Amino acid sequence: MLRYVLRRIAYAVPILVGVSLLTFFLFYAVYTPEQMARKNLSTKNPTPAQIEEWVKEHGYDKSRSEQFSKHMKELLLLRFGKSDATKQDIWERIRAGVGPSSYIASLIFVCSIITSISLALVAAYFRGTYLDLWITFLCVLMMSIVYMVYIIAGQYVFGKILKLSPLGGWRGGLDAARFVILPMIIGVIYGLGSTVRLYRTFMLDEMNQDYVRTARAKGIGERGVLLRHVLKNAAIPILTSSVAVIPSLLLGSLLLEQFFGIPGLGSLTVDAINSQDFAVVRAMVFLGTVLYIVGLILTDISYALVDPRVRLE
Amino acid sequence: MWAWLGAVLQNDWAQNGIAVLVVVALLWAIVRAGREPLWAEAYRRLRRNRVAMISLAVVSLYGIIAVADSIGWRDDKNAPRKTIIDRVFERPQERYYSYPLAATTFGEPKPRPLLAPGKHLLGTDSVGDDIFYRTLKGCRTALIIGGFTSLLVTPLALLFGLRAGDFGKRVVDVIPSVSPVVDYVIEFVYTLQASSPEILLLNALLLVLGPGLLNLCLALGITSWVGLCRLTRGETLKHRDREYVRAARALGASHSRILLRHILPNLMPVVIISVTLSFSGLVLSEAILSYLGIGVEPGVGSWGNMIDSARLELAREPIIWWNLASASTALFILVLAFNIFGDALRDAIDPRLRSS
Repeated sequence: MLRYVLRRIAYAVPILVGVSLLTFFLFYAVYTPEQMARKNLSTKNPTPAQIEEWVKEHGYDKSRSEQFSKHMKELLLLRFGKSDATKQDIWERIRAGVGPSSYIASLIFVCSIITSISLALVAAYFRGTYLDLWITFLCVLMMSIVYMVYIIAGQYVFGKILKLSPLGGWRGGLDAARFVILPMIIGVIYGLGSTVRLYRTFMLDEMNQDYVRTARAKGIGERGVLLRHVLKNAAIPILTSSVAVIPSLLLGSLLLEQFFGIPGLGSLTVDAINSQDFAVVRAMVFLGTVLYIVGLILTDISYALVDPRVRLE
Repeated sequence: MWAWLGAVLQNDWAQNGIAVLVVVALLWAIVRAGREPLWAEAYRRLRRNRVAMISLAVVSLYGIIAVADSIGWRDDKNAPRKTIIDRVFERPQERYYSYPLAATTFGEPKPRPLLAPGKHLLGTDSVGDDIFYRTLKGCRTALIIGGFTSLLVTPLALLFGLRAGDFGKRVVDVIPSVSPVVDYVIEFVYTLQASSPEILLLNALLLVLGPGLLNLCLALGITSWVGLCRLTRGETLKHRDREYVRAARALGASHSRILLRHILPNLMPVVIISVTLSFSGLVLSEAILSYLGIGVEPGVGSWGNMIDSARLELAREPIIWWNLASASTALFILVLAFNIFGDALRDAIDPRLRSS
């Protein structure tokens, strides 16, 4: 097991180097430093002196090879430097944003897994009936609505008409619950369509297995078969499809945080996009990749832990 | 970066020609496919499914609007190019918001009469543009994003997927021109791609490339080919040891011939199903990215842009709902029709893949 984990981590190293190469090429090779300075300086017609100063300040004046080694060092040691637009330290902002982001994202994750599994169980229990048909159709319907519409409609109905929760904003501590509830509900509802459909397929796949027939032959009722046998086996594909995103929960959600004014990493990224802040986007892409790779490794490990048939060596 | 391509695409006749070419190619492909037993059988099953046929009709309607919006001409040399949609549905620009089919502006202390009273089917937006016209303009953008990206991705993913699947077990007769190094590079790029989160990669690409229809297709293509590539790889692995492949090898068929003439046609049903099902995802991504301001340019009609401009209108007093409602309804109907049709197509082509 340990050897396998170490090997997977070793495999991740070339991937990380590749990603930082890719981001270097994207962000340093496509634009010249002067173009970047012009994009970021607020004055309309910056003087050459202003441009030079900006380029120097953000370290874009060095030679390509120097820039390259600095870039690699920065990324691999997670020292992201200063933001191009606001001059703030990126690592500080990431640290400040992780809290709210992961708070909301993990709540959404847990709630949506519980709801999806229960709904998928209902659909599997009533398979072939009109209830199942309607659940499946509703899932397709929900998959076809764009995220923004959920958010805007949710804010309008719950925030403006029913006045059940604030339209947006954030406060730390216990008071956060008031601000979290609406984004959480919207996030859960948004993901429901595709996950319920997927989980239902997983469960119906298990329904046709031999062990289910054996269990029925032993005289176990339909509910017992579903809850004691099918659910356990369907948990394996559910696990593999959801464990990979757990580390990425730290990054939060772009649209949700932007709409609700939550000061997390998602809104940090959206702000960076709007202000053409290359340094922040660079850092976020790299961070996202690291977390995603961690998720993939976790998936493999949990796969072996849950399913005794899987051997890692 | 795309200046030369943009210049070609700006040409009036090139635009009309491409639209006609796309329609002809699509019809030709459908007629060709209808002659093959597999597809004829699939079509026969599909025709019995009434919901699927309605979805197909809806998608075709969007397609017709998109084509009508691509064919245009100038009245004289200096006049702007106007498409068929422009000619039929363009309304004079009003001064402000107006209610659907209203005769005066809306939300002003003193409502002013409209230039075209009762002719704005879905009202006007804050600068007085006709909403129905803007919604129709979004069709072309959405279908180009979905269609062109699929067109970019499919050959690439098929090629790489076939190679990777073939590479899965070392074979003696490697295609001489493709060295193992290339295989390793493909594997590496593939893993690299699969391990960065899609939305962040899209952001980075579009931030650097800049907004625009072509750049958007390119970026979506770069982020979405991996899924299809993985599917092709798995299917190739499955087919590689089948009897017909062994028979072909025994008959002396070359390696590339086995891959391209024997395995590839057998992958086509799965690939077409997957492309159809991913189409709606691409259309939704376009809306989200345009909303974030890194999708298509602000001037180009797009439902994402419309939703972006409408997001604060629900907070106004009195509220303005028609802008948001028409853009999101148009998007919803197209995506829903594609989702239903894709599912029906999968059931029709291969009933064993049926999800229930």
